[in-house]
Amino acid sequence: MKKLLILGAGTAGTMAANRMHRLLDSDEWQITIVDQNETHYYQPGFLFIPFGMYSKSDVVKPRRDFLPSGVEFIVSPIEVIEPDHNRVKLVKDNRYLNYDFLVIATGTRTHPEQTAGLQEHDDTPSRTRDSSRELRASSMRDGVSWHKTIFDFYTIEGALALAKHLRTWQGGRMVINIVENPIKCPVAPLEFTMLADWFFHEQAMRDRVELIYATPLPGAFTKPIASKHLGDILERKGVKIEPEFMIEHVDPDAKKIVSYDEREIEYDLLVSIPLNMGDDVIARSEMGNELNYVAVDPHTFISPKYPNVFALGDAAALPTSKAGSVAHFAVDCFAENFVRYADGLQLLPTFDGHANCFIESGFGKGLLIDFNYDTEPLPGMYPLPGVGPFSLLEESEANHWGKMMFRWMYWNVLLKGQELPLPARMSMAGKWKN
Amino acid sequence: MATKNIAGHQIHVNDEGFMTDPQEWDKEIAVEIAKEEGIPELSLQHWKVIDFCRQDGVSSGKAPTLRRITTAAGVLTKDMFTLFPKGPAKKVAKISGLGKPEGCV
Repeated sequence: MKKLLILGAGTAGTMAANRMHRLLDSDEWQITIVDQNETHYYQPGFLFIPFGMYSKSDVVKPRRDFLPSGVEFIVSPIEVIEPDHNRVKLVKDNRYLNYDFLVIATGTRTHPEQTAGLQEHDDTPSRTRDSSRELRASSMRDGVSWHKTIFDFYTIEGALALAKHLRTWQGGRMVINIVENPIKCPVAPLEFTMLADWFFHEQAMRDRVELIYATPLPGAFTKPIASKHLGDILERKGVKIEPEFMIEHVDPDAKKIVSYDEREIEYDLLVSIPLNMGDDVIARSEMGNELNYVAVDPHTFISPKYPNVFALGDAAALPTSKAGSVAHFAVDCFAENFVRYADGLQLLPTFDGHANCFIESGFGKGLLIDFNYDTEPLPGMYPLPGVGPFSLLEESEANHWGKMMFRWMYWNVLLKGQELPLPARMSMAGKWKN
Repeated sequence: MATKNIAGHQIHVNDEGFMTDPQEWDKEIAVEIAKEEGIPELSLQHWKVIDFCRQDGVSSGKAPTLRRITTAAGVLTKDMFTLFPKGPAKKVAKISGLGKPEGCV
């Protein structure tokens, strides 16, 4: 039996397990997937929790429900990957798993402790959820401001705490700050800001709230045309952008954030998108870059160093967005390619960095962007040229409903590795440049 | 693609002014681009960073991000902002004749 080992049962790992289970002969292959806990989170849904649009039960399901019965699922933190010996050591029982092929899909997570003052050490017990962080963070304590006047919404705990806080918040200056790029779902902070504008309108208190978007980027988004469109929308919504703001520290007593070039922004409520880093096991295994992401070929996901190691999803160090749609297109390209490769054929350079993201903009509307390594997000219609129903880079109700329907698609179609009638590679059909 | 005459050399640049062929770069060009970017004189500290970026950029085929520079070259982020004010990674990439850093996607 040949052994395919997948590390991480998040979006990319779960889709890969399902797809490979279908494509590989079960008489010849044993597929094993490892994760440190049992719970799968629908992470795109965290965005809606602070505004009371989703509750916890909308975004949580058992991982096992989405894994085929023929795939072995092991729950354990991972101690270390030993690619020179084709094996992985688990924390649980110090067990070793040997593999013929390894897929690393250990994702990315936020690290508020990496920014001084953001999550001060104090007396309150740490609310970090997963066991690997608990191991490392056992002596760490949250500060008095963390989840009181400083929040995140990239964790379930942060999103729920912020929802509770917003129910009674009386207004003031809300500052949304991105610590450093790259981040998971680079449009989420923009969506959060636009939803906040809508939410405070709905609460009849928008006139009592000042919204400031402090970003290390030169504008609202990473790519110039989308940045212009999105920047204009933010301006129309009365959001002030503070560009090229690289945060150095938070002063939670004076309630201000301070940048490396010594700009200061005072806040009443700080919503932070902390530094994102790949899993610690990548650093322990000396397989990552300075942010613990794994270097792989941008078109085939194979490691340049180990010919039987791949990385998919957020764990990979690739110049495309860290997003579920990218993971989905990546798994589409990887799965067929892997079957060829396992048969002794060359990998084909099929992946083009395709990303496709709905951007919720409040008031029942949304935008859609569709791009890849070479083509930035452009205006147009998607997926059918001229017809849509989704409009690119322009607000529409159809886009909002697309985003809302997506949760059903995620749980029922995407995670199970079923194919969507959408091409994995980006198409220029329906897009225009000026 | 545009060309530009700088320090007596004809170099290729993109529409944001980043050099597109790192092989066309030399130290005189760096001094001139630095002036354009508001750095009148390059100190030893500047050169330490530029030398690292050249080495790293030419071997990896892409300009290092700010975090890559601070981690691998051992320069404090605060010092990077003093040496290359306002967007240090972008600025040092431009002076080093490399493309725009890919940190933001």
